[in-house]
Amino acid sequence: MRYSETGYNLEVDLSRGNIERVETDPKATELHLGGLGTNAKILWDRISPEVEPFSPENLLIFGTGLLTGTFAPGANRTIVSSISPQTQLMAFSMMGGFWAPELKFAGYDKVVIRGKSPNLVYLWINDDKVEIRDASHLQGKGAFEAQELIKEELRDAKIQVLSIGLAGENRVYFASIEHGKSSASRLGIAAVMGDKNLKAVAVRGRKDINIAQPEEFNKLCDEVWENIKVRLKNPVRGQIPILESIGAPQEMAIRDEQWHTSNFSWGNARTRRRDYWTKEVEGKWKETQDKSVERLVSCYNCPLQCGGSIYYPGIGRYMMKCYTKLTYAMGAFSDLDFGLRIAQRAQEYGVDGYTAPQVMAFAVELYEAGILTDQDLPEFPGNNEERFFYLLDKIVRREGIGDVLADGVYWAARKIGKGAEEYDHNTIKKHEQIPIKLGMLNPMYYIMWSTGEKVNITQIEGQIPQAPFPSEELKEEFIKDWVQIPTGKEEKFKQFIREWGEGDNVFPYYPPIDLICDLVDWQETMHYIDDATGICAGFSSFPLKPPYHIHNLPRLISTATGIDMNEDKLWEAAWRNRNLIRAINVRRGLRRNDDKPPEDHWKRRYPEYEAKVLDEYYKFRGWNNDGIPTKETLEQLGLSDVSQELEERGVYKSGGKQKTETG
Amino acid sequence: MRKVKVIKIDVDKCNGCRACEAMCSAVHSSPIYSGTNPEKSRVRVTFDPANNLYMPVLAGEYTPAECAGRYTYTLKEKKYPECAFCRASCPSRDLFVDPDSGLPLKCDMCEEAELAEPACVTVCVNDALTYEEREDEGKPAEIWGELQVGLDSLIKKYGVKAVEETITTLASDLGDRDHENEVKAVEETVITLASD
Repeated sequence: MRYSETGYNLEVDLSRGNIERVETDPKATELHLGGLGTNAKILWDRISPEVEPFSPENLLIFGTGLLTGTFAPGANRTIVSSISPQTQLMAFSMMGGFWAPELKFAGYDKVVIRGKSPNLVYLWINDDKVEIRDASHLQGKGAFEAQELIKEELRDAKIQVLSIGLAGENRVYFASIEHGKSSASRLGIAAVMGDKNLKAVAVRGRKDINIAQPEEFNKLCDEVWENIKVRLKNPVRGQIPILESIGAPQEMAIRDEQWHTSNFSWGNARTRRRDYWTKEVEGKWKETQDKSVERLVSCYNCPLQCGGSIYYPGIGRYMMKCYTKLTYAMGAFSDLDFGLRIAQRAQEYGVDGYTAPQVMAFAVELYEAGILTDQDLPEFPGNNEERFFYLLDKIVRREGIGDVLADGVYWAARKIGKGAEEYDHNTIKKHEQIPIKLGMLNPMYYIMWSTGEKVNITQIEGQIPQAPFPSEELKEEFIKDWVQIPTGKEEKFKQFIREWGEGDNVFPYYPPIDLICDLVDWQETMHYIDDATGICAGFSSFPLKPPYHIHNLPRLISTATGIDMNEDKLWEAAWRNRNLIRAINVRRGLRRNDDKPPEDHWKRRYPEYEAKVLDEYYKFRGWNNDGIPTKETLEQLGLSDVSQELEERGVYKSGGKQKTETG
Repeated sequence: MRKVKVIKIDVDKCNGCRACEAMCSAVHSSPIYSGTNPEKSRVRVTFDPANNLYMPVLAGEYTPAECAGRYTYTLKEKKYPECAFCRASCPSRDLFVDPDSGLPLKCDMCEEAELAEPACVTVCVNDALTYEEREDEGKPAEIWGELQVGLDSLIKKYGVKAVEETITTLASDLGDRDHENEVKAVEETVITLASD
């Protein structure tokens, strides 16, 4: 009997219409845990680096986490993996909600999709009965609309559906997969889904998930519940509002947006408006939010209410969470009212809330610079709000200039030429980043922006405050019960909190490089663990002092799965997965030259020092100076077959296949 | 005087997380906490985000026959789906039916598991479900455990005689001493139900 996992994957070949239920290898679970780890194993094993993202051979994997669907709080994540059409590297994007637990209740750990359907279809997984169904009547329908239509047609309101909208159908590189209030939207996975002619996956499950050591697991879960309650009652003092609590930033609940609006950049990651948040603006935004957010909503088995059900007169009802509340508003130099109005449309089309506003702001900048003309943008409106609606509609249909913009800023800039490349200043590995351009280099973040395989800062950062605590009292308050620190690092990290900000202990030369490596390692490792277990980073790798941490996660895994797990083995498994993903990308041509943030990411850069930090970080990681995991590192992790293949492909030879700037 | 257990449901506070479903099914699994499956939960949330509807309902009586006709309620201009408030395990729908055995599910306020308060309430951090006890006059309610609920529905469907005969046949087929106690429990429950 398998515990916590179901032990089966669903293999669907859309070219042939073949569906199989395949038993998985328990050994893979021990080595890679689940979720992102086992997704990566499949991608490494089955996709050669020559496979193009829009080839039928590319796989689209909908994975669940190892603990997803158990009654561990917040164990509900879906992990989608594929090869990105935008970056040409491994793509993984996650979402919460209810879909992954339902898939496990139906008896599957993953749905692995290969091939391409000749016509638009959707997949209907109903416990043991799985069907590929015609979706021609859903063509062009909004993502949320399609979900409701499918539930109606299959006559069960408890069906969980994920789907793409028009953007995914048209293979927009920043299209998103939507599911209720949740969204897996980064790196173009929805474009792959649209390319495979798959509109949606609907699932309904009625089976048990088994727990290996029931009483012990329940006790651990109870402790997490208690800790969540304690943490909610005791916000961290001395840091910005969104870092006080747990969960995703509680954007649907909070009204105070001073920090975001004055620190993040408006437009095409262009302008900081330090004085934007006046009393008048605050009043107006509060009024907008008060009248539109009708209820705070959650994901499966999670007490936090990160999402909101929004009802907007004239627009209708939709759901939203997190930073998307601000991205359109700020991208267009507009306000919350505009942001909420366009977000509904954008979500029905199914586009990434980080990227879409930036692409549109980029287009506006090019127009104002005369690089895009009235010929490219016929009847382009005069004001920003209408321009954004115009651009959104064109992009998702790949109409006119929309076809160019739909590939994202990097590719669009190069296609447009005429100096447009200068305006591509906020992409890493060709993928749009959140718009934040600060003054002084932050060396920890330099490493994370540069080397993060997810190419998204929010999926590597966490646990550490973003600035020193302003007083001795607040520092001591923070560290006195900071139990989450990994074993052996307690004194080092506590000392860091005490020293940071004092005298010379400021950026860029503080913290010292070895401490940078340790701090980044901790942050990144916890994310890799969450991506494998399927626990929401919202109370694990993302916030300060989370309820889940390296000291309770191993026992949670052991008691749920029956696998003998401890801190070292768990750290190693995360490390193994991280290297496997690195290997996949390196096999596809990733090198040190790609590991860098945009030039203007900080006003004050220190290229020599940055290079030194990167050198040391690579060494710390067990990678050679080109960012490639060494043979020793891979062998240590039981991945000698990976190092062998890298060797055979000439990856270790300097001058081996390189990913150049022009791809 | 008797103690009455009450679960208060504040529909406006429900955030649709269904933690109640996850924990209820875990508490009622055998051994306790060994499994989780919302289909086996005695509390289910009517979940309709498109209409801002999130409504927990606790499993009540088994009925062998569905109602003649349906009712829909509109409260404060919000239209609730048919049978939304009904607690019954009813042949017209899959709700509150064990997917493995086909037998009805009924909330027992976690009495069989001997919890201090119902698990759904404990896990509802946002107080959509809260718990109260009150005293009133009347004879103490009999809280039926899982075995009684299941056998009662079989008796309603097939009649006492058929159920008793079937148990006798099965018991003699088992022919092994270890099952004696289990068979005894079933037989005793049937006798109790039959006398009612």
